[in-house]
Amino acid sequence: MPKIKLTTPLNDETVENLRIGQKVLLNGVLYTGRDAAHKKMIELLDQGKPLPFEIKGQVIYYVGPSPAKPGQIIGSAGPTTSGRMDAYAPRLIALGLKGMIGKGKRSPDVVRAIRQYKSVYFAAVGGAAALISRSIKKCRVIAYPELGPEAVYELCVENFPVIVANDTLGGDLYEEGVKIYATK
Amino acid sequence: MARLCIEANYYLGSDVIRAFERSREEESSLTGRDILKQLLLNAKIAADDRVPMCQDTGFAVVFLDLGQGVRIEGGSLYDAVNEGVRKGYTEGFLRKSIVGHPLKRINTGDNTPAVIHTRVVPGDSLKITVAPKGGGSENMSAIRMLKPAEGLDGVKKFVLETVKTAGPNPCPPIVVGVGIGGTFEKCALLAKEALIRELGRPSPLPEIAALEKDLLDEINSLGIGPQGLGGRTTALAVHIEIYPCHIASLPVAVNINCHAARHKEAVL
Ligand code: SF4
Repeated sequence: MPKIKLTTPLNDETVENLRIGQKVLLNGVLYTGRDAAHKKMIELLDQGKPLPFEIKGQVIYYVGPSPAKPGQIIGSAGPTTSGRMDAYAPRLIALGLKGMIGKGKRSPDVVRAIRQYKSVYFAAVGGAAALISRSIKKCRVIAYPELGPEAVYELCVENFPVIVANDTLGGDLYEEGVKIYATK
Repeated sequence: MARLCIEANYYLGSDVIRAFERSREEESSLTGRDILKQLLLNAKIAADDRVPMCQDTGFAVVFLDLGQGVRIEGGSLYDAVNEGVRKGYTEGFLRKSIVGHPLKRINTGDNTPAVIHTRVVPGDSLKITVAPKGGGSENMSAIRMLKPAEGLDGVKKFVLETVKTAGPNPCPPIVVGVGIGGTFEKCALLAKEALIRELGRPSPLPEIAALEKDLLDEINSLGIGPQGLGGRTTALAVHIEIYPCHIASLPVAVNINCHAARHKEAVL
């Protein structure tokens, strides 16, 4: 299957053309965030304050990297379980978040929001952290440095490998892929 | 100790690498094959660059097989183990993933304390096994006290149900450690011990080896596949350890390990 190259930020049209199972190489900027950062971002929204970055068209990567060795840009940086962000994701999607990268299934609420507001969920290979780190070319903390690996980082990536897992048609590779290969 | 923590996280065992290679050939899903290829490449990069194969460098689970002829001098053995973990996780640039209190949840900053299991064995040596355990797969593990009448079928059903519920979360392909028998806590420990066996080496008990093979086939018919995105390779191996149990009980524990099936040992 040919790989599709995309550059962030993403727009509605690009996202609408993606289908589950497609392999994508992402380029441009990604923002990181895990549970703690998401909680803080939602608190900001509740207080009517701006988020640490403009969310329209952006992609959030659910990751908490290991510490960088001297000379390294970032430590090993594979995806974490996305389900822990399900409670926060629909609100960010409604504000224009166009993509999320993580591992594991999303809740029905997230799947619905992806469809309604045109977004996409990409699966990265859980545990392929050393490989993924090689596609990260720049990295800087832009919010919550006190959270250490859970801070919000701005990453510049080149050919970051992901697979489309939930698309704007409501497709879910976690459901459909398993159905194809189940033999009992 | 520190070296074992670091090496376990940088260098994936050759038994796991061989299992990836074999699975890649047998996998019918293209996406699945691609994922297995990425995992092989990942293991190579981690070893070449001396970096952790996964960012979750785990809880340091340590087995000490202490020869009964050994005398420990000059301080506490457990303090020494924790000092080694501290040193390994700091000097090896491993992620610190331990909170000091399960409810207050403040990171201890050095990945201590370790979880230490001590077994006293004959002899004059100390064998140390370090098995860093990731959160994603540990969270999908389960234990159940079956009724003896549920028997073999009950055991199989529970293992399959646990793997199915886990789905993509423990980063398949997984290794499934099963404990059958003992008491509640013994059973959980058996499941953990099953995970540090060399990958794919069958149980020495023929009926248990047959059950391992059976369960592996059934798990690999569930369709979950690499990363839960569909395919044949859901598990690389099923390892079962058993122990006698009470006439009224049939405990079964399933401890799931991700493909980052890390363990390193040394004998002092
Ligand atoms: S489950 Fe294993 S491979 Fe997956 S993120 Fe956790 S430690 Fe890494």
